[in-house]
Amino acid sequence: MAREIGEPREAKSSKVKQQKKRRSKKESKTRTVHANILYDHAKGDDNPNRHYANNKIKTTKYTLLSFLPKNLFEQFHRFANVYFVFIALLNFVPVVNAFQPELALAPVVFILSVTAIKDLWEDYRRHRSDKEINHMDCLVYSRTERRYVEKYWKELRVGDFVRLRCNEILPADVLLLSSSDPDRLCHIETATLDGETNLKQRQVVRSFLDLDCEFDPCKYNSVIECEKPNNDLNRFRGYIIHRNGRRDGLYKDNLLLRGCTVRNTEEALGIVIYAGHETKAMLNNNGPRYKRSKLERQMNVDVFWCVIILLVMCLFCAIGHGLWMYQYGDKRPVFDVLSPEGTDLSPALSAIYLFLTLIIVFQVLVPISLFVSIEIVKICQVYFIHQDMELYDEETDSQLQCRALNITEDLGQVQYIFSDKTGTLTENKMVFRRCTVAGVEYSHDANARRLAMYQEMDSEEEECTSHGGTLPRRDSVTSHQSAKVVLRSQSTKSHRRTGSRAEAKRASILSKHTAFSSPMEKDITPDPELLEKVNDCASQMEFMRFHSQPFSHLPSDLSDIIDFFIALTICNTVVVSSPNQPRQKVRRFELKSPVKTIEDFIKRFTPSRLTSGSNSSSSSSLVTTRSASHKACSSILSSPSAESTLTKLDEERSRGGTLDHAFSPVPPSYDETKSLIQEEGELRYEAESPDEAALVYAARAYKCSLVGRLPDQVTVELPHLGKLNFELLHTLGFDSTRKRMSVVVKHPLTDQITVYTKGADSVIMDLISPPATDHSKGKRQRKILFKTQNYLNVYAADGLRTLCIAKKVLSKEEYASWLRRHLEAETAIQGREELLFESALRLETNLHLLGATGIEDRLQDGVPETIASLRKAGLQIWVLTGDKQETAINIAYACKLLDPEEEIITLNAESQEACAVLLEESLHYIQAKFLCNASTDQHASRVYHQDYSALHVPAPACSPYASLHTVPFLVHRLGLVIDGRTLAYALEKSLEDKFLAVARSCRSVLCCRSTPLQKSKVVKLVRNKLKVMTLAIGDGANDVSMIQVADVGVGISGQEGMQAVMASDFALPRFRNLQKLLLVHGHWCYSRLANMILYFFYKNAMFVALIFWYQFYCGFSGSAMIDQWYLIFFNLMFSAFPQLITATLDKDVSAATLQDLPQLYMNGQNSEEYKPYMFWMNMIDAFYQSLVCFFIPYFAYSDSDVDLFTWGTPITTLALLTILLHLGIETKTWTWMNWASIVFSVCLFFTVALCYNASCPTCYSPSNPYWTMQRLLTDPLFYLLCVITPITALLPRYFYRACQGTLFPSPVHIGRQLDKLPTEIRRHLLSQTRVKLGSLGALFASRSSSFAFSRPLTKQSQRQEKAVAPPQPKSTEVTDTPRSSKHPENHLGPSQKKEKRSHSQSQRSRVSALTDLLDNTQGPLRGPSLTDTDTLPYTRELPRTGPVLEPATLTAAVESSDHAWVTSTPLLPQTECIQLTLSRPGVSPVIPNERSSESGLSSDQRFLSQEDRMEHTQTSDCPKENTLKTTFL
Amino acid sequence: MASSYNAKDEDGHHSGSGGPAGPGVNKSKKPDNTAFKQQRLPAWQPILTAGTVLPAFFVIGLIFIPIGIGLFVTSNNIKELEIDYTGVDPSSPCYDCAQNYSWNSTAPCVCSVEFTLDQPFEGNVFMYYGLSNFYQNHRRYVKSRDDSQLNGDKVSLTNPSKECEPYRTNDKKPIAPCGAIANSLFNDTLELSHVNPNKTRTPITLVKKGIAWWTDKHVKFRNPSGNSNLTIVFQNTTKPVNWRKPVYELDPSDPENNGFINEDFIVWMRTAALPTFRKLYRIIQKSKDNLTPTLPRGTYVLDITYNYPVLSFDGRKRMILSTISWMGGKNPFLGIAYITVGSICFVLGVVLLFIHHKYGSRSTSADIPN
Repeated sequence: MAREIGEPREAKSSKVKQQKKRRSKKESKTRTVHANILYDHAKGDDNPNRHYANNKIKTTKYTLLSFLPKNLFEQFHRFANVYFVFIALLNFVPVVNAFQPELALAPVVFILSVTAIKDLWEDYRRHRSDKEINHMDCLVYSRTERRYVEKYWKELRVGDFVRLRCNEILPADVLLLSSSDPDRLCHIETATLDGETNLKQRQVVRSFLDLDCEFDPCKYNSVIECEKPNNDLNRFRGYIIHRNGRRDGLYKDNLLLRGCTVRNTEEALGIVIYAGHETKAMLNNNGPRYKRSKLERQMNVDVFWCVIILLVMCLFCAIGHGLWMYQYGDKRPVFDVLSPEGTDLSPALSAIYLFLTLIIVFQVLVPISLFVSIEIVKICQVYFIHQDMELYDEETDSQLQCRALNITEDLGQVQYIFSDKTGTLTENKMVFRRCTVAGVEYSHDANARRLAMYQEMDSEEEECTSHGGTLPRRDSVTSHQSAKVVLRSQSTKSHRRTGSRAEAKRASILSKHTAFSSPMEKDITPDPELLEKVNDCASQMEFMRFHSQPFSHLPSDLSDIIDFFIALTICNTVVVSSPNQPRQKVRRFELKSPVKTIEDFIKRFTPSRLTSGSNSSSSSSLVTTRSASHKACSSILSSPSAESTLTKLDEERSRGGTLDHAFSPVPPSYDETKSLIQEEGELRYEAESPDEAALVYAARAYKCSLVGRLPDQVTVELPHLGKLNFELLHTLGFDSTRKRMSVVVKHPLTDQITVYTKGADSVIMDLISPPATDHSKGKRQRKILFKTQNYLNVYAADGLRTLCIAKKVLSKEEYASWLRRHLEAETAIQGREELLFESALRLETNLHLLGATGIEDRLQDGVPETIASLRKAGLQIWVLTGDKQETAINIAYACKLLDPEEEIITLNAESQEACAVLLEESLHYIQAKFLCNASTDQHASRVYHQDYSALHVPAPACSPYASLHTVPFLVHRLGLVIDGRTLAYALEKSLEDKFLAVARSCRSVLCCRSTPLQKSKVVKLVRNKLKVMTLAIGDGANDVSMIQVADVGVGISGQEGMQAVMASDFALPRFRNLQKLLLVHGHWCYSRLANMILYFFYKNAMFVALIFWYQFYCGFSGSAMIDQWYLIFFNLMFSAFPQLITATLDKDVSAATLQDLPQLYMNGQNSEEYKPYMFWMNMIDAFYQSLVCFFIPYFAYSDSDVDLFTWGTPITTLALLTILLHLGIETKTWTWMNWASIVFSVCLFFTVALCYNASCPTCYSPSNPYWTMQRLLTDPLFYLLCVITPITALLPRYFYRACQGTLFPSPVHIGRQLDKLPTEIRRHLLSQTRVKLGSLGALFASRSSSFAFSRPLTKQSQRQEKAVAPPQPKSTEVTDTPRSSKHPENHLGPSQKKEKRSHSQSQRSRVSALTDLLDNTQGPLRGPSLTDTDTLPYTRELPRTGPVLEPATLTAAVESSDHAWVTSTPLLPQTECIQLTLSRPGVSPVIPNERSSESGLSSDQRFLSQEDRMEHTQTSDCPKENTLKTTFL
Repeated sequence: MASSYNAKDEDGHHSGSGGPAGPGVNKSKKPDNTAFKQQRLPAWQPILTAGTVLPAFFVIGLIFIPIGIGLFVTSNNIKELEIDYTGVDPSSPCYDCAQNYSWNSTAPCVCSVEFTLDQPFEGNVFMYYGLSNFYQNHRRYVKSRDDSQLNGDKVSLTNPSKECEPYRTNDKKPIAPCGAIANSLFNDTLELSHVNPNKTRTPITLVKKGIAWWTDKHVKFRNPSGNSNLTIVFQNTTKPVNWRKPVYELDPSDPENNGFINEDFIVWMRTAALPTFRKLYRIIQKSKDNLTPTLPRGTYVLDITYNYPVLSFDGRKRMILSTISWMGGKNPFLGIAYITVGSICFVLGVVLLFIHHKYGSRSTSADIPN
């Protein structure tokens, strides 16, 4: 799944190459499939399919025999393991050995075996699930028995014929050859593959389409040639070659994919094309991703430092040893033993040997168990995150899933969040809100009231109160369960590595969210006025039909209305089903249109009366086609080719067929209709996207209901007119590039070939045919266009999703010529996608606008709060959406992403150059606005830094950003809005730096109209260039690439299927869960792990340093006073448990406080728990502690008769106690488990020591510790040492922590103090955060005063800012927006603005910039928790590089060059803006003036201005100019 | 399959009528609301601030200083006398011996050192020999022994461990005891006599048993069994290179102190931790009546059979007489350490008190007043 998104693009680019190759090596590039029944044995040598993989799947990595070597081999890929094994092996060299070689192997073997056992267990689970799946049953045609017999899945082979029954899971990728469905369709549910719960239709291969008789495998002797197996779920190409040499194309619509479930189809037959591991489902199945977290990367640096320290220590000792030996000269002292061979070692050689020995002795310095410990801790963390009740969503019965196990701590370090909008911020429950038809707006007030009511209602109530809501749900559940059991085992296979949770999740989604809309989406209250008109219209039409009047007499507004609703009803891919038999589509009414059985679109289009040459009734056509199809059955492949159809078309044209033959007959019996009406309320619509369903429901509210959909026919029930069958000639599906979909139908009333198009307003508006300029109709058209555009803006301003509906009537000739080329495209085997795309573009031109709709997508619960709190946490939130700019902006306001008080920079450029200029100017603007008082800034920063040093937060020193750009950045109160096209330019290599420079200084960034690829590009850019931690969150397939690129990918397991979830590292039920996930779990995970890693380094260094100090007293001989057993097991056993417990359970701040004080999150963002200097501080502390632990026993035992190990054992004990107490100081919460683990560790040490020292008097050379510990325990000196040494060793740290807690508490510390306060006081404090922060930071006395001073100024300044217009190039809108309808007093009229915008304002702008800056810098300074903001790297140094532009001069400079002009469009509040333009159309405040001065501009520039005008939609001649625009391909 | 069917049906039904909180809940994936899983285990959350830590420092100070004083006094009550007899200084009586002696010389060199006790030694007096600059803790030296051989294992006796190299065999015969430690056995003989006022000498009884660990003497070290006559047992072995006499002649007078279980040998085999060390040599037992001091005030003579060369590695040899207390020999360090650490804690406590007084109140009260 993961790769799938990126694939098609790659595929396209490489397609050309492939095609070239294909010519030469055709055989290797395609797969040829013959039917197996033609050959004796499936595996026989003569079977051409024998080389293809069979259907047995084996996902295990190992076999019993290969496990050990293979697993070891894999483990040795990890460098650390190799290192430790190398050291262990070094021990086998006698000259250098330090320990008993066998013993030295122990830790490595232990670690390797722990990992191996884990792997083995996983593999065993895979094996079991494989086995289960391989032994599922399916029906396969047997040659010998001449019938279908049950076989295991694993026995299935390519070329087998399989028979699939309803609710069965497909065992392999099967080409559909026959279906019991009369339409030759097979419905499948692909939820296991892509999570989409709606049914997909698959078609029988064209050649077998008109087989009416039973498909007989024995008669099949065609050969299939198709692509090699690949993982693209949405592509399948190939052709089938029949005996007679005829070829037919095969498409993805013919292929049933493994893992899908057959629905609604009693029986289907197919031939296996890909089996087993070559199926698309399996090829898509790549396991969880292994990412390396930021913390681990940092850790690896320090591991490297450890190695360096180790080498330095060894080198030091080696030199020392050489010198030590050298001092004795030739006189060998008795204690300097010769080498085992009896040869004399020279000092140099001895030093070299010693170096190696010491590497072994000091190996613990490089923490062998750290890696294992980290893994264990992460698994525990994941477990706890899973268990969090607050991350559980009752409604969907889903909880958080961690799919990536090794990046939990990254959650605590995220700096940028990239969010999708629809489905992520919003519920993705589309509700029809209002519409405009033919330029008349129907506000649907009642509907709005209804929605308001729903908003108050609980979601639970929603489900129970509505009859329509509950019933279907239960039904859907029952209908699924039989399949679900099977499905479950299936999904273990197809997504085996996602774990059982994912699978259970999928099941729950299936049961609860089977694409049925909630009542909120269904019950739409119609607008009475519109309803009236519809009725009116319908009755008129009925009248006309009755009187056989041509429909063109219908008033155009009325016809528009009816067309509008017809378009809503049929221009979609909604499948109708009835609730009683869910997933059982509504059968068509008895009277079938004859064309059903004809295989070609064209054939269907060409009614039989044409062939027969008469105006015959449909019944006669039925007969003809029937007979034709019978013929087709007998000689399988005699279906008419496209050419013949076209001939017929030509024929018809020459005849000049008058097409007066009225609509196709209405279903005859009225009773039937009636019964259907009764049933109608229970019809349910399953749509691929929720807005499709919303529109259909909306249409139904106006009695235009969709009652049936077949591949070639849509049945619509209209008021008065009854049921109408629209012949569906073509469906040009929705795609994100075209942003629209079209259907070509034959209108049953007018019998015209009509194209209905529905799509994004920006696209559709461009495709509308320009109204004729002269006569009144054209004028009216123009007016409609203009009005509609205005309404669209209003909708967008309300945050509604807008769609435009348009239609086009084609003449037969036009259609024929289009059809000819379309057919070519369709039948093309290579490059079909592109050709079809172009063909669609050819059709969708010169449309006639019908109307527009506004659909509301409600915000999810708690989104504004979550965003506000995430922002407080210092996270930069970017929203990347495919939506229209205005909609996006409004949603952004609604969810508090944009603040009414902040300015918005809008970037809309039409070309690369324009974009460059735009970015440049924005940058200048930002600099001019915010940096013109650099001196003040510097002053501020200086003050700031002093505070910092006082705080002992070494923020300035370590910014990863410093290197990237020379210009440092502040995050301003700015919002950036950029649209997709501009984004494309901005993402070019040459501009990306500038774009980032602008974007990073903005508080929030909104990218509208962005494609999935752009989304991922943006994330990649930010991640790579700014070197920040990024998190991408989204719910749909279009977010997958973004999710994959980001450091942390989060999927919302919402309604749009599972694709995002499959690609994500974490899957959440709701957006609001992100808050807890990041602020609480992220923080905890990060601080726990960071502390554990630091502790690990400390622990090992401290332990090893003990031996290092000893080298000074043993002639640098590599001797260790610590028994080798202790030395080796110290890490593994004695000191391991407490740290694991602490790293798993420690909570520095409680969850409640973390959520109440999001500022604490910056702790992780700035890596405050684990900064590089901390490693060194820890090292220094470790060395100090080891000095204490070494020298107190040294002096206590100096010049005594103590022996080596009786002296070393107390040291070991002291080290253990010190290390544990050190952990105690660092532990923030002590649960009983912490106590238990520490007591356990100490007891374990003494028990082991006592047992070990009593076990064998002669073993364990050379230490021979017999009875040492026992003797020590009777020695009072030992106890005296145990008391004084740890205390002395930990005194500095303890003292430091105490002082830190009092003198310069970190925000986290304050959070902890808050925790301790009684709830009441806490709540009180948190409610007035500002006060609290001020008081907490009371030590920064100077600040509170400046704060008080800056506050009133700020407001003033904002006023002034509005007035200051920065110089901007054309087509920029630097909108100084007080754009909030909530603060109407802020809105100045444009004229006022213009007035104010004089150069003399520069002075004021400076003032405002200064105050703003003060506000900016003071804000963060207000409290200790806010001080964190400042550690954000870009706020670190205050900018002073770059030209400090005086706005006045800048303006002048810009204005002097005449191609640039300035707008200060008070774009928003939009309503206001629009009203203004409505009252005085054409007197748009700025643009006309500018235009007049612009006459001499190049066409390119003119172009820009036009675009700009489009933005504002003020000029009446806008549509005309639209034609100048190039259509976006 | 059937059970799953029913469960689902029920689930669907109940969620339809009563919301998802129905009996179907057992099917739901809702996490358990337990303190552990929700990470709400009751916990003690110490916050380290000057105020909270303050008492600890004072308590440590108050406990440590008395202990330190006690230790210091105890240590000071221990009487200890140290005599360096290496003979580096030409005026030293052993100067000649030191200069002339090497491992290979045959004739023993004897010298005497006279010393005076200013204070009587009471109770058992322990006599140590001390070596300086002798790296008994050298890695290769420490390893150079065969514990099995020393434990009386017959196989190891004739075929010592490779660890003993290059002191494993001599003249094709296995060395017993093998290894560098045994080879370098301290072989000076020290005798002590009291010089009476009439210049006559009264030899002082030096007890040579009980100086080794009991477990060493009885568990770790054993003579090869089979024959009480050690000469026969060690028949096929040879003495270590540097030794004057074989192992079975270490103490011919007492068979319980001969061979591998010779206590001087055992004491030597317990390798010292640091290059300057002392090893227990003899015990002078207190007089039975306990009325006269073990070593009364007066002049003593130490007779040394000077065998052990140390000058080659710049070593020193000492004889130490010491009484002991419950905490071992004389070592004022621990007492001083306790007093020092206690004082530091006290001082830090005062500092913290100051900090707490000046800043602490603000930071804690700052939370509350508003």
